[in-house]
This record gives sequence, C-alpha cells and structure tokens, in this order.
Amino acid sequence: MAEKRLDEATGQHTTGHSYDGIEELNTPLPRWWLWCFYITILWGVIYTIAYPAWPLISGATAGVLGYSTRAEVAADIEAHEAKNAALVAELVAADLPALAPGSDLHRYAIARGSSVFKAQCSQCHGSEAAGAKGYPNLNDDGWLWGGSMEDIVYSVRHGIRNDTDDDARWSEMPAFGEMLEPEEIEAVVAYVEALPSGGTEGLGATVYEDNCSSCHGEESLGDREQGAPNLTDAIWLYGGDTDTITETVTNSRFGVMPAWGQRLSEEDVRSVSVYVHSRGGGE
Amino acid sequence: MNVIKLILLAVVVIVAAMGANFARDLAYQVHALLIMVVAFGLFIWTLRKSGERGTLPDAETGYFDSVVRAGAIATAFWGVAGFLVGTFIAFQLAFPVLNFEWAEGYANFGRLRPLHTSAVIFAFGGNALLMSSFYIVQRTSGVRLWGGNLAWFVFWGYQLFIVLAATGYLLGATQSKEYAEPEWYVDIWLTIVWVAFLLVFLGTIFTRKEKHIYVANWFLLSFIITVAMLHLVNNLSIPVSFWGSKSVQVFAGVQDAMTQWWYGHNAVGFFLTAGFLGMMYYFVPKQAGRPVYSYRLSIVHFWALIFLYIWAGPHHLHYTALPDWASTLGMVFSIILWMPSWGGMINGLMTLQGAWDKLRTDPIMRMFVISLAFYGMSTFEGPMMSIRAVNSLSHYTDWTIGHVHSGALGWNGMITFAAIYFLVPKLWGRKEMFSVSAINWHFWLATIGIVLYASSMWVTGIMEGLMWREVDDQGFLVNSFADTVRAKMPMYIVRGLGGVLYLTGALIMCWNMWRTIRGAQPYVQPVSQITPAE
Repeated sequence: MAEKRLDEATGQHTTGHSYDGIEELNTPLPRWWLWCFYITILWGVIYTIAYPAWPLISGATAGVLGYSTRAEVAADIEAHEAKNAALVAELVAADLPALAPGSDLHRYAIARGSSVFKAQCSQCHGSEAAGAKGYPNLNDDGWLWGGSMEDIVYSVRHGIRNDTDDDARWSEMPAFGEMLEPEEIEAVVAYVEALPSGGTEGLGATVYEDNCSSCHGEESLGDREQGAPNLTDAIWLYGGDTDTITETVTNSRFGVMPAWGQRLSEEDVRSVSVYVHSRGGGE
Repeated sequence: MNVIKLILLAVVVIVAAMGANFARDLAYQVHALLIMVVAFGLFIWTLRKSGERGTLPDAETGYFDSVVRAGAIATAFWGVAGFLVGTFIAFQLAFPVLNFEWAEGYANFGRLRPLHTSAVIFAFGGNALLMSSFYIVQRTSGVRLWGGNLAWFVFWGYQLFIVLAATGYLLGATQSKEYAEPEWYVDIWLTIVWVAFLLVFLGTIFTRKEKHIYVANWFLLSFIITVAMLHLVNNLSIPVSFWGSKSVQVFAGVQDAMTQWWYGHNAVGFFLTAGFLGMMYYFVPKQAGRPVYSYRLSIVHFWALIFLYIWAGPHHLHYTALPDWASTLGMVFSIILWMPSWGGMINGLMTLQGAWDKLRTDPIMRMFVISLAFYGMSTFEGPMMSIRAVNSLSHYTDWTIGHVHSGALGWNGMITFAAIYFLVPKLWGRKEMFSVSAINWHFWLATIGIVLYASSMWVTGIMEGLMWREVDDQGFLVNSFADTVRAKMPMYIVRGLGGVLYLTGALIMCWNMWRTIRGAQPYVQPVSQITPAE
C-alpha cells in the first residue's frame, strides 16, 4: 500500500493505491455530472409513465398519453385519405381515355401515379421511366403491347408473362438455337441488322420469312397482339449489336412484369397508368 | 501431455479430412481443408518436439510479453487490412463499376462489407484488446500471465477464427446476423478460444500480488464475460448438417431481431466501449504520468455503464414490429446512459490536470486526447439518435454510418494507435518510436480523415432522411430511392477520400513500427521485470 499523499497539481489526496505506478485521486464526483445523471433518471421515470414502457404479465403499461406508433401512422394516413377521398372516388369511376389533360382529376392522377411509379416501378423502369436493358423505356413511342390508355391499364393490371394472373399478357419467342443452324442464325441476324436500310437478299431473308415473319410481320413492324417488337426502328429492348441480337435469337428472351392489380389499389393502378400514358408516348 | 495433444490433433485432422470430403458447400470444404492443414502442421511440430528434453521455454521470471509483441503486430496488420477493404467498398458505393463482374459472388459490396466490419471490429479491435489485456493485467496485478502457453493458444486460436470468418464471408457462409455472421462451427471455435482467454485473465487476477483490482481490469473483465454471454445467446442455432456450413437460428421474427440487436448494441457497449475504456484507464495515466482523476467516478460510472448498457439494444428497432414498450425502454436506458458514458471521458481527460502542456509536445498524448474527444462526441450522439423522433429521421440513413465511424475511427482507432506507440518501444526495448514526426503525420492524417468521413456522412444522412420522408400536399412521395442515391454521390467521394487519409496514416504507423523494431536505435532492456506490489 502506497501512502495517501496530497497531489499538488490538483489539491486532491490520492487513495493510496498504486498499480504499476498508477495512482488514483480521491476527487469527488463532479457536481454537474451527478446532477445531469439525476436529471436523466428523473426524466426516464416521467417518460415511462407517459409512454408505453413497462412489461407486465400479459401486455405492458400503456402510458398516460395513450401513445402508440401504429396509431400515429394510421392517423397520418387517414388524414391524407380523408383529404383525397372525393378525388379518389372520382378517379375510380372515371373513363380514363376521356380524362381531359389539365383537369383537376388528371393532375391528381399524375401526382398520385408519379408517387406510385417512384415506389413500385422505378426499380426496373428507372426513376425517369427511361428503362434499362430488358425493361422498356416508357417515354418513347415504341410500345410492345400497345400505348393507348386501355392497353397501358391492362398491362399494369395483369402484368406480362407472370404466373400469378391468368389474364397476364403472354407470348414466348422460341429459342432458335435449338431449331436453326449457326450459319442460319448468323444470316438472319445480319438480315435484321440491315432492316432499317431495307434488309438483304439470300439466306437471311429466307430464314426470316420462314421463322420470324409470323410474329414480327412481313414488314418487320412487329405485332402488339403478341408483344412482338418492331425490328425496323432504333429501339432495342436488350441491345441492337450483333452479339446481343445473336444471343436473343439463339436463347430467346422472357421478360416478366408482375400483375400490379393484385398488389395495388384500383386508384393506384389507374393513376400510375395515367402517369405512364402522360410520359410522352401515350396514344 | 504430448500424447493427449497428438491424439487430439490426429482426430482433428481426420475429422477435417472427412469434412472436406463430405462437404455440402464450398465454404465448408475450404474451411475443413484449412483446419486439416493447421492441425497437421501442429501434429508434426508436436511430434518433432516431443523427443527433445530439458529445453524450457522462455525463462518464466519476467512478464509474458512475447504474446503481447505478436498482438501488436497482428493489430497493425489487421488494421491495415480492414481499412483497405473499407476504403475500397467506400469507392464501390461511389462507383458501382468497382463491383467487378469477374469477381461477382466474391468481391462485390455485399460480400466485402461484412469482411470490412469484422476485420476492423474483431480483427483490429479484438487484437488490440487481447494485446492490451495481456499487457495491462500483468502490470497492474504484479504477476506473470497465468496459464503459460494458454495465452499463445488464445492468440493463435483467435487468428484462426479471423481467417475462418473472413474466408467464410467471401465464399458466402453467413448466418446473416450483423457482426455475428460466422456460421456455427466458427462460433464454437470462438467460444473455446474465448473461454481460454477468460481463464488466462481470471487466473492472472486470482494470483495477483496487488491487494485491489485496478479499474482497467474491471472493464476488461466485464468485456470478456459479457461478450461470452452475448456470443452464446445470439448464436444459438442448429446446423442443417454436420458436413455443411448452413445453420438455422432458434429464434424467429421479432424475437430474433431483438436478440440480434441486444447482441449488436452490446458488442458496441462491451467490446468497443468497456474493453477500450479498460485500455484508456491504463495507457492514459501512464502516458500523462498523472494519477487517475477520480477513483469514485470510476466506480460509479463503471457500475452505471455496465448496468445500463445491456438494456439499450431496442433503440435499433424503433418503428418496427417490436412492441412500443420495448422501444420506449431502449430509448430511456440509452439516454440515462449518457452521463455514465461521459464518466469515462471525464476521468480520461481530467487525468491530464497538471500535465496539459504535454499536448504541445507529445503526439501520443494528443492521440489519446482526441480519441477521448471522439468518444465523448459519439456517446452524446448515440443517446440523441436513440430518441424516437430523431431516429425516425436518422434510421437506415448514412447518419448511422457516420456515427459508427466517428466512434470507430475516432475513439477505437486513435486509442489503439496511441497504445501501439506507447507499447512498441517498451516491448522491443527501444527508448522511443523511430520517428516522432511520423506519429505527428499519422495524427493529422487520421484526424482530417475522420472529419471528412463524419461530416460527409452527416450531410448525406440528414439529406437522404429528409428526401425519403418528403411528401407533397396531397401526401404523395416526392423522391424515388434512386434520386437519393444520385444526390449522395459527391459526398460518397468525400467519404472515400477520408478513408484514404486514414489508411495512409495507418501505413505510416506500420513503417514507423518496422523501423523501431528493426531499426538502428540502441537496445535497452525491455520492461519485463515484474513490478513489486505496493
């Protein structure tokens, strides 16, 4: 035991302990520290009386303020819903193709639809609806399944090639790698690539005629009944270079979209369709 | 003794070989091969050694410091590895193209992120704690470390745990619990190592020559015991097969979430706070050459801290399926925890009374002080963020990341660097570090790095929190998630640069260590003579 000594720098006594030369001062607890500690404890007691806090045998104390996080969010949602109730009722009943741009209901549908799009659609189609590889751009005039208001509502409601909705839009391009010879695929890819400038003669044209024209059409303008894309324009869902087209022809593609009618409310399906229709390509 | 060892090692080799053969997944197979090679190497080594006679290990007179030396090197090594991965993934977030396609499934952000967190917390922080515990408990108890080579088992066992955990993450073996990702067999191994750690520590305390137990040892012991308890409960799981890495948790749903954050928060509380306060209570008074400010404060804040911390976990689960009452209690305990946390800061900073002038001349002292300053800052920020209303803004944002890093880089990192600068000359018998100005460089690079990191994360965190909750008059969402990602990009680069500065500082430290250990300074006797008890 070392001696208890007076430490001159602080005016405090040491405790008399020394560990590897480390001594300890017997300084009292700092008053401000102690009072802050007491105040937080006191605050804690009051807070746990006010709010749900102490577990009991079944359930817990509810707190005198009757607060609950679920009630708080429910009240928020209810307030917004009450405010919008009239417009929602109107939207659900409205004949969408006849909706006049600029009307209050149209503006409401776009505001609502834009918010639905950000939360539900932007993950694939991009936050500005510009699309990505395998996910169509919704701002342009190219539509796989049609760009009228009714077509868009149908696509949103039932989705594409999903197995949850019997009314989903459906078509399936064959994987021609199992049916054609490599040189035939090479030729038809070259033919497709030359389409904007009128196509080519020979093997490619024959292969196209025999295998592709039934869906993509004699003129290669596509067929919206089957979701078959137009091959003459500059819009490519998966890419228009030789390698990508070869891959598409060989293995085929199978893009899927969920049936949003099963997940969203009627007003959300309608408003997001109005929003997509308004992006610039709506017909 | 050697015969038992040989039999045990042979069994391990055989079981590991079977494991490699029957393995149901790649991670398990790689780990089985790794364990087989290590056990086989130890088998041969033991066999060759068992013929020799009369070659005693190091003289058992002084302190057991060889394991502390190894710990100092391991701390620096894992520190650099962890900072490097952290800096890389910071840039992966800013530039997603760095998630290389050829490394997909191994080196993408999702695999590297747990590698980074575990490397800095458990490999860097863990080795710092092992090294400091072994050093401090001997000095403050006035005896050699108890248990002989058991300390070496703890050290190498812990390194094996790190390697198993790290390779497991890269190969996809994870139980998806933050900071508790390693799978069941790695957990079992860590348990064995940890019990050995506890035995070494307790054995030394029990055989101490000092009458009392020094405050640093209270903190270190509470850290070792509580981490053992947390580890055991949070990793309760049932392996799908003995020959595979996959296991299923015994808890489900919100019970699982609550267990996880009871663990997760107390990993911060007992690993990164209590353990490092133990380091603080030894190194700061030693470096300052001053008595600890207040013995009474150390008692009161120790007991308050360990009592309160254990309840604070639910604040990680505000506004989730967790019942409101649990969330309230987590928040209340977090706020009451504020002053007990600050008790450690006060006791550290005020120990400098009468030695403040050292701040001007001694860069190591400056490092200790800045680490305490960051400790104080993050233990204020933490209770504030636990308040439900604040949390509704800060939760899931980069603010949390900034908070964690001001604690980890500022408090844990800085105090560890300072401890290394304190220990290395003493352990290798040098007068001082090779270059004092390099310590200064390290101090400033690291400090500026932390400031860049923390401030950029405050900015993006609060910004993205506000963007997420922004709704228009009719209650509709204004921003999509991608909008917030785009808005954060510049600050992500600033954060990455902060990481580069911090990493550079650590590399300078490694160079300085190397020059000190290998360098031309005259050799003086290492301080391994046991201090007489007083």
